[in-house]
Amino acid sequence: MKDKKIILVGVAIFVVVVTFPFWYNLGRSAPAPEVVLTPKAQAAEVCVMPTEFMKADHMKLLDVWRHDVVRNGNRIFVNPDGKAFEMSLSNTCLDCHSNTTEFCDRCHDYASVRPYCWDCHIENPKGE
Amino acid sequence: MNKNYMVSLIAVIVLFLIAYVGAAQGTGLQMVFGIIFPYLAILLFIVGFVRKVMGWARSPVPFQITTTCGQQKSMPWIKQAKIDNPSCTGGVVARMALEIFCLRSLFRNTRMKLKSGPHLTYQLEIFLWVAALAFHYAFFAVVVRHLRFFTEPIPCFVTLIENLDSFMRAEVIYDAIQVGVPGIYMSGLILLAAVTYLFLRRIFLPQVRYISQAADYFPLFLIMGIALSGIFMRYFSKVDVVSIKELIMGLVTFQPTIPEGISALFFAHLFLVCVLLMYFPNSKLMHFGGIFLSPTRNMAGNTREVRHVNPWNYPVKVHTYEEYEDDFRDKMIEAGLPVTKMPEEQA
Repeated sequence: MKDKKIILVGVAIFVVVVTFPFWYNLGRSAPAPEVVLTPKAQAAEVCVMPTEFMKADHMKLLDVWRHDVVRNGNRIFVNPDGKAFEMSLSNTCLDCHSNTTEFCDRCHDYASVRPYCWDCHIENPKGE
Repeated sequence: MNKNYMVSLIAVIVLFLIAYVGAAQGTGLQMVFGIIFPYLAILLFIVGFVRKVMGWARSPVPFQITTTCGQQKSMPWIKQAKIDNPSCTGGVVARMALEIFCLRSLFRNTRMKLKSGPHLTYQLEIFLWVAALAFHYAFFAVVVRHLRFFTEPIPCFVTLIENLDSFMRAEVIYDAIQVGVPGIYMSGLILLAAVTYLFLRRIFLPQVRYISQAADYFPLFLIMGIALSGIFMRYFSKVDVVSIKELIMGLVTFQPTIPEGISALFFAHLFLVCVLLMYFPNSKLMHFGGIFLSPTRNMAGNTREVRHVNPWNYPVKVHTYEEYEDDFRDKMIEAGLPVTKMPEEQA
């Protein structure tokens, strides 16, 4: 067929586009980011829920907390171990994890997640 | 109940369960579903796709079979339909672009009906076109969005699509269905809705059901399964996204690893995508490549201007009348037969 050359160009474009992730990342390695725990977080050892749960579900928990506080006026969260916490991003979460750039942002940037927490909250309320 | 779609549905469910149950067994099978199958799938996809297209490229086109959907180029006072019956490359490019980006052929979809009496009516059936357009663009957005797992740093066009695609909150029966914090992606929901429509269309329209094979239902169920598992992972049963990106980045930088703590649901999602990629070059899904090579669309409607020579034609040895006369002129004159060229004129 006389259009063979045009088809070859099209096929070449297809291959280049499909292999985009391979050549885009060529010569780079992108290991998962390391999160830094503040001394206070290390001393506490456990978060409000187990680490595995927090890794995947923290946004859901924060959403439930916000709903409970804002809509229901309930400020106390009791975890399955029976420990009570104040449901507050600024006073509970950021109390230990006061290093948002090294804790929150590293994974969020890696996964291209842009949470809107900081639209209202300040990142480090205690200025530590 | 119809065996064509039941077979496809069962096939997709079994494929899902194989990966879901398998990945829960431990690292060994996770390597199979997380490393071996993805590499195999991308390889088979590219090689199969290129082979198929090059096969088409080798096939001769015996006839100029362009479809003429308007007035062909004719006398200067007759108005030509420049896009619907293009006579030059520019028109063909315009027609192909409309076909590829707007699925224009589907827009022409009509439904025949006998309306009260012997009058056959044709009515515009726009929903196939709407659903197909929604489906293809949503799928495209979903694929581009997923590049956030395949690139580091993430290119700006990916974040741009993400921003266009997402809106932040949807509170549906809020306490029962928690879909608040990760932004809602329109494309995922539109994709699922459109693919569901395309499936129901095959079930409920008798004429379409009659011509639907298992090979028509299987990709629909497969895409439904991929969309459902993806939506489920994002909004309901959360997964550890950072570990998943670590796995994917390992694959694309050729340093494969299986990080711990990845949910089996992710492996099932990935496996269904791998099946889709492997299935792609051997199925009707090749219309992705085929649309560019459809002779009814990509040829110019210039049959009266340019002679299309069948590439199969072998050179035929011809002996014209002039040559015949040259051979026998003297004998013809002797016999008193008329000749076109007299020998005296030659001299």
